[in-house]
Amino acid sequence: MIKFFLMVNKQGQTRLSRYYEHVEINKRAMLEAEVIRSCLSRSKDECSFVEYKDFKLVYRQYAALFIVVGIDQTENEIAVYELIHNFVEVLDKYFSRVSELDIMFNLDRVHIILDEMVLNGCIVETNRNRILAPLFVLDKVAEG
Amino acid sequence: MPAVSKGDGMRGLAVFISDIRNCKSKEAEIKRINKELANIRSKFKGDKALDGYSKKKYVCKLLFIFLLGHDIDFGHMEAVNLLSSNRYTEKQIGYLFISVLVNSNSELIRLINNAIKNDLASRNPTFMGLALHCIANVGSREMAEAFAGEIPKILVAGDTMDSVKQSAALCLLRLYRTSPDLVPMGDWTSRVVHLLNDQHLGVVTAATSLITTLAQKNPEEFKTSVSLAVSRLSRIVTSASTDLQDYTYYFVPAPWLSVKLLRLLQCYPPPEDPAVRGRLTECLETILNKAQEPPKSKKVQHSNAKNAVLFEAISLIIHHDSEPNLLVRACNQLGQFLQHRETNLRYLALESMCTLASSEFSHEAVKTHIETVINALKTERDVSVRQRAVDLLYAMCDRSNAQQIVAEMLNYLETADYSIREEIVLKVAILAEKYAVDYTWYVDTILNLIRIAGDYVSEEVWYRVIQIVINRDDVQGYAAKTVFEALQAPACHENLVKVGGYILGEFGNLIAGDPRSSPLIQFNLLHSKFHLCSVPTRALLLSTYIKFVNLFPEIKTTIQDVLRSDSQLKNADVELQQRAVEYLRLSTIASTDILATVLEEMPPFPERESSILAKLKKKKGPGTVTDLEEIKKERSFDMNGSAEPALNATAVTTPSPLEDLLGLGAAPVTNIAPPPSFNGSLLVDVFLDSPSAVAPLAPGSDDNFASPDLASSEVVSEEPADTVHDADELFHKFVCKNNGVLFENQLLQIGLKSEFRQNLGRMFIFYGNKTSTQFLNFTPTVICSDDLQSNILKLDGGAQVQQVVNIECVSDFMEAPILNIQFRYGGTFQNLSVKLPITLNKFFQPTEMSSQDFFQRWKQLSNPKQEVQNIFKAKHPMDAEITKAKIIGFGSALLEEVDPNPANFVGAGIIHTKTTQIGCLLRLEPNLQAQMYRLTLRTSKEAVSQRLCDLLSEQF
Repeated sequence: MIKFFLMVNKQGQTRLSRYYEHVEINKRAMLEAEVIRSCLSRSKDECSFVEYKDFKLVYRQYAALFIVVGIDQTENEIAVYELIHNFVEVLDKYFSRVSELDIMFNLDRVHIILDEMVLNGCIVETNRNRILAPLFVLDKVAEG
Repeated sequence: MPAVSKGDGMRGLAVFISDIRNCKSKEAEIKRINKELANIRSKFKGDKALDGYSKKKYVCKLLFIFLLGHDIDFGHMEAVNLLSSNRYTEKQIGYLFISVLVNSNSELIRLINNAIKNDLASRNPTFMGLALHCIANVGSREMAEAFAGEIPKILVAGDTMDSVKQSAALCLLRLYRTSPDLVPMGDWTSRVVHLLNDQHLGVVTAATSLITTLAQKNPEEFKTSVSLAVSRLSRIVTSASTDLQDYTYYFVPAPWLSVKLLRLLQCYPPPEDPAVRGRLTECLETILNKAQEPPKSKKVQHSNAKNAVLFEAISLIIHHDSEPNLLVRACNQLGQFLQHRETNLRYLALESMCTLASSEFSHEAVKTHIETVINALKTERDVSVRQRAVDLLYAMCDRSNAQQIVAEMLNYLETADYSIREEIVLKVAILAEKYAVDYTWYVDTILNLIRIAGDYVSEEVWYRVIQIVINRDDVQGYAAKTVFEALQAPACHENLVKVGGYILGEFGNLIAGDPRSSPLIQFNLLHSKFHLCSVPTRALLLSTYIKFVNLFPEIKTTIQDVLRSDSQLKNADVELQQRAVEYLRLSTIASTDILATVLEEMPPFPERESSILAKLKKKKGPGTVTDLEEIKKERSFDMNGSAEPALNATAVTTPSPLEDLLGLGAAPVTNIAPPPSFNGSLLVDVFLDSPSAVAPLAPGSDDNFASPDLASSEVVSEEPADTVHDADELFHKFVCKNNGVLFENQLLQIGLKSEFRQNLGRMFIFYGNKTSTQFLNFTPTVICSDDLQSNILKLDGGAQVQQVVNIECVSDFMEAPILNIQFRYGGTFQNLSVKLPITLNKFFQPTEMSSQDFFQRWKQLSNPKQEVQNIFKAKHPMDAEITKAKIIGFGSALLEEVDPNPANFVGAGIIHTKTTQIGCLLRLEPNLQAQMYRLTLRTSKEAVSQRLCDLLSEQF
């Protein structure tokens, strides 16, 4: 099961956080700080999986942005690693070359995309067109 | 498309976010946020009704502020209002706010439920999707109560849209996790299984997650999923990548779904149906074959997706552990990955191979990679990869390669990262013991461990080496010689001093023949370290010295001089002072024979499993604790405390022989033995695993993700408390002893250690979780009468293993206190009560007296109300020695040569309560022919006579 999904930049600012198990807000800030610290301290040739407490972090870096996913032992690390990339490709498709700013200014939409892909800590949809379908509906409504 | 904000860009929101970005300092940011919060608050409170757009904008801002780590305590109502909007954009933001910010125990749930109900009934798939997402993400019990009936219907209805089905599947999964009792299995289960056949791969993906969870709990119910999953997998694996166009990711067909299907199959043993089994084998072979084919794309995404499926297939092969051919192929594949240039693959390969090593079919194949793994240990730049390499070496170790692996681990230990040193130490210690053919090698290895990483050598490790040396006489001389040599080093670790002190104290005589290690040299060597050591080590060394007095009478005076010095006799530390005083006295007044008896060589320890193993498992956390049985065994040893701690077992536990021998008259024995203490005496601790060896109640630490906190939603009255587990037999067992297992069922084991002195007592209660799941809301409470006061000193929530209860006997009492324990295991609430074996006799102080005194007092207590007599049949064989031990265990002194009939037993003691002291005399007359006993109690208080008589009568 996926425990949380984070997007944090190199300065440690959280750009997106989605928890699939309830975590108190003060603990969130601490967790996010610790998570980003442990990712930043790693070099390129270290592996993308970090043991953290009793779960694992799977992370990928895109420019200055880290995407970190916390998983328990029932998830396949490398599948989650590629899930991150699939997510980024979906964002890229929607925002046509996504940047950190897109994510900040369209938080609600990024949330929709993530919710279409991961629900209740499980991967639910991986097909890009289907992931984006509800968003296109939304945009149509907004324009019309 | 606009660069910054898409769709219905909310300008105010964009401005606010830009402002935050431009803030130069944290303070400025907080200031800007507070300003915005005040603004939103006033807008929400304002008289003017807000339109949907504004509400949406403000809710979005709040969401953003929340993301920055600020708690949001308002706006929830506005978000709930948005739910009933007919505009999709507004409704969507309302649901988003709720699923991010509202936790499952919010008071708003009822209102939210209403909105959800409307949206579910709307038949508008987009609205239904939003509502279902919300349930899946919040998933409170109230939601389960409201929707658990309906969701399965939506899920299996023929006319439900695919996307709604997907959401419904995950939604049901959430409800099942939070409230399994509200999601009863029913007709829908077989329909759900058939979703694996659904045309739409998105639906299959969602359904597989649901089925996997359900199948873990109800394997029988979902058995048919195996063949369906196999055929689905087979269609994916063998398809040309163009068939599943939309679900193909970089030329890999449906990788995530394949992984999930392979996971689902790991809930079951290999399929019994040969056709299904054949098809699955074919799938697995195809996956393994594909790994050898040239890649269809050079992109790393392609190989990652392919490898995700491959690793999951290997997991399934290992799980089935039945096809030698596949296992060996898997091993070879992983072997290739061990040398791959991608660190991720090397890491995963080491991890998988670790499980593969435990299969009998592939163990040998794994062993062939030993050189690669050792090399990884030396060259990997990532500590987590090196850690995996250590794990794998440990897993692949057997008799044939133990020497090599242990040597490599020791080698690595010199430079190992601090974070994993302790674990490596434990592993080396276990392997050295497990595969020791030659115990001199074992001793060398452990001493090396102490030399290289002394700080990381826990007590379990050095206790164990002592146990082994004591139990094996073929290695004792070697051990003594080796520690003696190791101690020559100018700076040696304190742990070495402990081991050295202990071993020389026992076996120093074996090397004393050599003039280079004469008694005096041994003593001087140890004593040269004395002043640099901590108190516990010095205490141990003092015991070594008194043992030397016995082993080497020729240096007795030297040792006495040391004991007599002010730094010992007037030491500020009470333990050291006491030892010095007692040992000095012992060495002065006891004859050689007595010394030889008291200070005899330690008897062999009962064979038992190493506590190091339990420690390692504890360190490794829940995922890797495979053999719970072992831990259980270990723990029961802890608690039984069967080996009584003592310098010499007979010297302390049975008072009578010693006191006479030492000519100390009637002085209570406790003056000679060190006071019972749980951590004062090191020698004592060697026998008992330290409390830290008890596996934690909650596997894993109490971190944020242990499990959702259900405290507030739990229904305490759901299940009435079980009747008190009287377990009379167990309870009575404790009347004459203080340590042992009090209670045990499938989930929980409770062990006790207690000590009493006068009217005070202290009880250590150890809770052992026998399952691999965490107990939630674990709350033990002690309920006792006013006559007895108990206060709980230490009570960590969630993960505690040990609880200390302080007890004071205020006045005499009948009823034992009750320990009530409540906790949540899985989904069910557990409630149990056990009597704590705190009985009146625990507050006995033995009193020695002469025959004349005894009968004089006996006559004084001749009032009929003061005497209680019971005649009963023997329940156990009538053995005089056992009876004596029981009377002493009961707490009274056993008076010899008092009763004119030597077959009778008499005892005397004083019951201490806070208010008074009650003198008690007892007499037990066995009748061997009739297999009966007559027990007479005389005390100054009738109730006390009665209670003691009742308690003691149960013992014989």
